Amino acid sequence: MKVTVNIVRRPDVADPQGATVARALHDLGHASVRSVRVDRAIHLEVDGDDPEAVRAEVVRMCEELLANPVLEDFEVVVEE
Amino acid sequence: MTRIGVVTFPGSNCEHDTVWALTLAGADAELVWHRDTDLTGLDGVVLPGGFAHGDYLRPGAIARFSPVMSEVARLASEGRPVLGICNGFQILCEAGLIPGAHIANRDLAFICRPVEVEVVDTDSILTRAAEPGRRLTIPLNSYEGAWVDPSRAGRVVLRYVDDPNGSQDRAAAVANEAGNVVGIMPHPERASEAVLGSDDGLVLLAGFVDSCGREVTV
Amino acid sequence: MTIPTDDLQFEDAYVPEPEPGGPEPLHRRLGLTDDEYRAICRILGRDPRPAELAMYSVMWSEHCSYKSSRPFLGRFPTEAPWVVVGPGENAGVIDLGDGWLAALRIESHNHPTFVEPFQGAATGIGGILRDVFTMGARPVALWDQIRFGPLDHPRNRYLFSGTVSGIAWYGNAVGVPTVGGEVAFEECYSGNPLVNVMCLGLMRADELVLGTAGRPGTVAILLGAATGRDGIGGASVLASASFDESSGAKRPSVQVGDPFEEKKLIEACLELYRRGLVVGIQDLGAAGLSCATSEPAARAGVGMEVHLEAVHVRESGMTPAELLMSESQERMMAFVDPAHVDDVLAVARRWEVDASVVGTVRSGGMLSVYEGDELVAEVPAASLSEDAPRYRRELGEPGWMEDLWSNTLGLVAPPDTSETLLRLLDDPSIASAAWVYEQYDHMLFLNTVVGPGHDASLLRIKGTTKGLAVSTDGNGRLCYLDPRRGAARLVYEAALNVALCGARPRAVVDNLNFGNPEKPEVMWQFRETVEGIADACEALGVPVVGGNVSFYNETDGRDIYPTPVVGMLGLADPMPPSPPRLDRATDGMDLWLFGLERAINLAGSAFEQVTFGHVGGRPSAPDPTLAKAAVEAALSLVSEGLAPVLHDVSDGSLAVAVAEICIASEVGVSLRVSDWRHLYTEDPHRFLAATDPDDAERVAAVAAEAGIPARPIGRFEGTEIVFEMPGAAAVVDVETAARTYREAIPRRLR
Repeated sequence: MKVTVNIVRRPDVADPQGATVARALHDLGHASVRSVRVDRAIHLEVDGDDPEAVRAEVVRMCEELLANPVLEDFEVVVEE
Repeated sequence: MTRIGVVTFPGSNCEHDTVWALTLAGADAELVWHRDTDLTGLDGVVLPGGFAHGDYLRPGAIARFSPVMSEVARLASEGRPVLGICNGFQILCEAGLIPGAHIANRDLAFICRPVEVEVVDTDSILTRAAEPGRRLTIPLNSYEGAWVDPSRAGRVVLRYVDDPNGSQDRAAAVANEAGNVVGIMPHPERASEAVLGSDDGLVLLAGFVDSCGREVTV
Repeated sequence: MTIPTDDLQFEDAYVPEPEPGGPEPLHRRLGLTDDEYRAICRILGRDPRPAELAMYSVMWSEHCSYKSSRPFLGRFPTEAPWVVVGPGENAGVIDLGDGWLAALRIESHNHPTFVEPFQGAATGIGGILRDVFTMGARPVALWDQIRFGPLDHPRNRYLFSGTVSGIAWYGNAVGVPTVGGEVAFEECYSGNPLVNVMCLGLMRADELVLGTAGRPGTVAILLGAATGRDGIGGASVLASASFDESSGAKRPSVQVGDPFEEKKLIEACLELYRRGLVVGIQDLGAAGLSCATSEPAARAGVGMEVHLEAVHVRESGMTPAELLMSESQERMMAFVDPAHVDDVLAVARRWEVDASVVGTVRSGGMLSVYEGDELVAEVPAASLSEDAPRYRRELGEPGWMEDLWSNTLGLVAPPDTSETLLRLLDDPSIASAAWVYEQYDHMLFLNTVVGPGHDASLLRIKGTTKGLAVSTDGNGRLCYLDPRRGAARLVYEAALNVALCGARPRAVVDNLNFGNPEKPEVMWQFRETVEGIADACEALGVPVVGGNVSFYNETDGRDIYPTPVVGMLGLADPMPPSPPRLDRATDGMDLWLFGLERAINLAGSAFEQVTFGHVGGRPSAPDPTLAKAAVEAALSLVSEGLAPVLHDVSDGSLAVAVAEICIASEVGVSLRVSDWRHLYTEDPHRFLAATDPDDAERVAAVAAEAGIPARPIGRFEGTEIVFEMPGAAAVVDVETAARTYREAIPRRLR
């Protein structure tokens, strides 16, 4: 099954990269941009038929390795 | 005297070192702010090393849009010498003035140490003063130091003797077709005085200064 | 148990008590004791407002106020003709002559590193840089001293590699070279990694700026990154009606560094200084706005009016307390004459640094903080720093010292020396740290004459004949066995290290890393350490110009070894044209040992630790006379160009020091000792020299003149390291030794 993990910096943690990109977009004329956050997506292909079981396992992967809980939250999206 | 502009972007940090070394190599070098668009009177331009815009998004991705870059591109198209060192090399690739792009070092660690490079092509503004086959010891200092070029349009002018970072063809310096725009990943300005470990970089910088001093035939 | 000092009188001020079943009173939630609450009531003459409690809670924290350590630190000698700014400002400043000044500071970031090693270490770099460039100096070099538990534990590997990556990322991106440091591994640091960072800055004498608020009418401008909730609770402490720590993960927001912002801030500030646009400036570190407003005002003997609504923020809805406690990074507070405000804002704009005008200086001493029209805090500025409590903590010699000192191994027969040497070279605390420093840019600015991998760093100052040498030295094990002797020996070692590249010791900064100060034995270790450093500095005539104290490095009741780290700055004028290094020994050179040859004391030695896992015995006392003689001998050898190689004998002792020269120079050696223990004893004031045999007489004369014993003990030759001793010999191939030495750290990380 295809699974996408969105690793998102916790909202109260600073994102200097996002702030710098927002500034650059303004400089390029995109005044409509209010804010930018730069995060990561991890794409996995995982064996298994049961979406709930696969989701549970990927959640464990996030807790063990893929996300740093001090800085990041995560969202697991299993493609049906 | 040959006048060379060294561009300073927010986050550049090798600009003073580059001016120092170019001066040792015989040039009259000055800083150019990234928002300046008047490069009149400059015989050549260097984009120095550092972390323009923090290397955020991708190294060089934001710097390539600085106002000065359209002038740099114009100079390049007129055949004037343009040299990009390290971050400068990354910016030239993002700007499309040299083919290819950069990715993280193979071992995913920042590398700061001297490396040996070999001159493989002297038809460029950087390597014209060196003999083919000559080996030079020059410091490497980068994280996203590996050059990749799916189009295979880039011309390798310096090659690492031992592969330090996974760069395609072990490329350490790459030229455009005409040879007037060159990107080099190691830092020749850091090998410009024996007291600091090596002055092998001088032959490269002298070649560049000499190129700047010549008339351009387009 | 805390014992309050006499000048705080504790009247019967009303201290709020918790409601039955309700949350703790605010002051306790903020970490203030009831006694401290009463002291605040006395200072204000009334009950404090919440925002005021927030300010006192951060300013009176151990980290900011030094309340447990200040009573002892007065022992340090801080004066010398070349000291321009001593302890008390953001960095120490010394005069290098010819209009040049050097700024020096050392800081710790231990606890944040344990939580998030990459960002904890990175923001440590950011902080120390600000402490230096707030004095008017361009930061030109960094050193880091990092300590972890043994690498066979995955958590320690994670902390170690995260820390190195974080330092590399921030230091490289901000554009300041890291030119040296220390790496050590001991079990006691497993739950308490130590990350100390030191920074050197350079400026011309007329560029010096102090952290003063100036006269009434001066305008306060906040420069740099937008303020957020970094370092404080995710939800406002004040807003939570029901306070339940266990519900959800309301962790304090981890501070995230932005080296790009810092680089822009450095350039903007340096331009402000060059153009004389600021009256004073202070960096925002721990205690953020609370500190950057109160300290400059207190120093100038003035007050301030601050408007929180003017602070540029990256999060909405921050309360006054949050704004005052925030530890958002990359911010500076500039104090500007009204006539220059527009110029300052223009400089900030040019460098793409955000700026907000947040306050005005007034006469009187009150710090008045407003949010819009509402007065949210009004306190005497000086009370936040000068009136912080000073605790006379109980101290007592630990009961275990006698046992520790008598716990010697009493070895008679040597273990296999070849194997022992390789084991020492394989010890991560001794082995090559190239894996670490090759991740740091150590060449930027073209000043690094002697970089990482040697005893001290040597930097040139372009346009002058001067060279600056820096050595940073710590040894937790030695200080555990005898804090006073251990700490003094570190000072002497650091002084010798800078002398070994031709620089005369000129100034010390110290980072004191200790366990829980509420334990009498820890305070005893602290007091002894301070005494040891003071004794050695006095003997050498070198002032302490600044330092940092980190307490509470303790996990599950177990404290770290007392771990002072000494940073020594030396000045060479003129800088030697060809400074000694480890890699210039060649076949045929003599190997000389300077210092006492017959010393034998294995207490605290790497040999006993690595071979037997043993830590015990009492380390030898330092000898100030011999220490000074060693420094003079080293300086003479360098100035007379007699020694292409000089190397101090410290961790791992003679065996390791000799091997390190062989490894760096790719040449073998043969030497003879009369007792195998001479190879491993770690007595102080000793160093090695590789010299041309034709210079033997002159070398001996230098030693005699300086008053230090010295004699040739071997010769560099061949491709093997050969140690001969009565009844035994060790032979280790140089290539094998080199491989072991270089692979020790990387192989443990695969």
